[in-house]
Amino acid sequence: MSAKPATARATPAWDVERVRRDFPILATRVHGKPLVYLDNGATSQKPQAVIDAVSHYYETGNANVHRGVYALSESATAAYEGTRSRVARFINAREDREIIYVRGTTEAINLVASSFGRLKVKAGDEILVSAMEHHSNIVPWQILAEQTSALLKIVPMNDRGELLMEEYQKLLTPKARIVAVAHISNSLGTINPIKEMVERAHAMGVPVLVDGAQGAPHLVVDVQDLDCDFYTVSGHKMFGPTGVGVLYGKAGHLEAMPPYQGGGDMIRSVTFAKTTYAPIPAKFEAGTPDIGGVVGLGAAVDYLGTLDRRAALAQEQDLLEYATKQLGTVSGLRIVGTAAHKASVISFVLDGIHAHDVGTIVDQAGVAIRTGHHCTQPVMEFFHVPATARASFAFYNTREEVDVLVEALKGVRKVFG
Amino acid sequence: MADLTELYQQTIVEHNRSPRNFKTLDHPTHHADGNNPLCGDQISLQLAVDGDVIKEVGFQGSGCAISRASASLMTSAVMGKSSREAEQLFQAFHDMVTGGPNAPADPAALGKLAAFAGVKQFPARVKCANLAWHTLHAALHSDGTPISTE
Repeated sequence: MSAKPATARATPAWDVERVRRDFPILATRVHGKPLVYLDNGATSQKPQAVIDAVSHYYETGNANVHRGVYALSESATAAYEGTRSRVARFINAREDREIIYVRGTTEAINLVASSFGRLKVKAGDEILVSAMEHHSNIVPWQILAEQTSALLKIVPMNDRGELLMEEYQKLLTPKARIVAVAHISNSLGTINPIKEMVERAHAMGVPVLVDGAQGAPHLVVDVQDLDCDFYTVSGHKMFGPTGVGVLYGKAGHLEAMPPYQGGGDMIRSVTFAKTTYAPIPAKFEAGTPDIGGVVGLGAAVDYLGTLDRRAALAQEQDLLEYATKQLGTVSGLRIVGTAAHKASVISFVLDGIHAHDVGTIVDQAGVAIRTGHHCTQPVMEFFHVPATARASFAFYNTREEVDVLVEALKGVRKVFG
Repeated sequence: MADLTELYQQTIVEHNRSPRNFKTLDHPTHHADGNNPLCGDQISLQLAVDGDVIKEVGFQGSGCAISRASASLMTSAVMGKSSREAEQLFQAFHDMVTGGPNAPADPAALGKLAAFAGVKQFPARVKCANLAWHTLHAALHSDGTPISTE
């Protein structure tokens, strides 16, 4: 392993070794080597506090919510609703009822496309998405466009992976009904200028949905400051369990929107002649929710609350800078996505070697990276690559792990002689 | 622990670097396209079949080393064979890379294709090795529908 650079660390306050001990999986080995987990963009690892909260809930607190009059159901309801308040504070929502529990970002976007779309989008209207969106922020809008004969318009980007704001401005016409854009690109790492994009859209009366799947884990999110109309979060990418996420929506929008799914818990009263719906957030939470997942999400939010988030983000930026520099020493390596404002996500290709081979070979060194199109096929097409390898860092990663990745990548060349 | 050199055998590395029959045919009688959407492997396969004998095979496309070398070695292996013989070879190859019931006791029975015996230790890569063969199967049945490993 190479020696630590002599340059001062940007994050003296960040005790990464202490933080790593909070995540039991980081002590495991793969193929006999210490796990180097660099696929945080796909899903993050879970701290012991989250694992314990979920098992503790099932061991001592499991009951359905909003139903029973008995103590256990009341405590489950309190845990479920208590998490809603903590999530609201976590992203600085104005009110708890602006937080809708969903399965994740994908379901959140589908909910808005289906419900808000039905309410607002008509034939000939335009829906704006960016050129760097994840499939989950493209396909729901395509389905809506097909159903309503609306048009999908694409905000283009430059070859660094930055959106072209002047083109965006031109697309904000009186026909535009909604803008859907990623806070952070999952395949390029670009941090988009959301506040400015929202301002420009609002000046034209157009609401904005922000795909926060990568935003919530990497940035301190303040939905009131961003002034976005919708913000979507996947719990499992921000150290919580899989299967639970959040749709934030401004109360005025959510109140006006028709239900997404019908069922129990979302009604005020049901007769065969007429059903009236519950107020938000219950209107959008039909059926028994993932209560255990919500409890785990609450524990993840609490865990993040115990950390110095600014120092955590500085650690990630340090890893981004260090990895960008070190990857530059691998012959034939090209980084895809070189925006001025990036999160700790690095996509790259090795000249003449397919990403899938790269992934298999570095796995043998214990390094977990994502290879493929990252559910962003239009981005791959834009950069004329079939696939990339992607290293995505969390605050528990280290410079030493970057070194292991770089050494493993140098080994890839040796396999191909 | 699976060993990388078992996956990336010299034969595979060499065929990846210089694939055989990487060309389009002048007079193809059958063709099919295959793709592996998860990793972005794409292959376009052409056959010139005379009677029941595969006289010529050509492929184009891009993909990982395993898929490319597999296509290259497949084209050489099926040339001059009947479609029935080619299908039997596919079955034996498939069983070898998946560890299936009809896998040859000694992979050497498959000649150069034995280079892919190590693939079974890398389950995520089995579909890379099989892509060209699935595409061959589709071409021989020539309904023209692109095939996908997903």
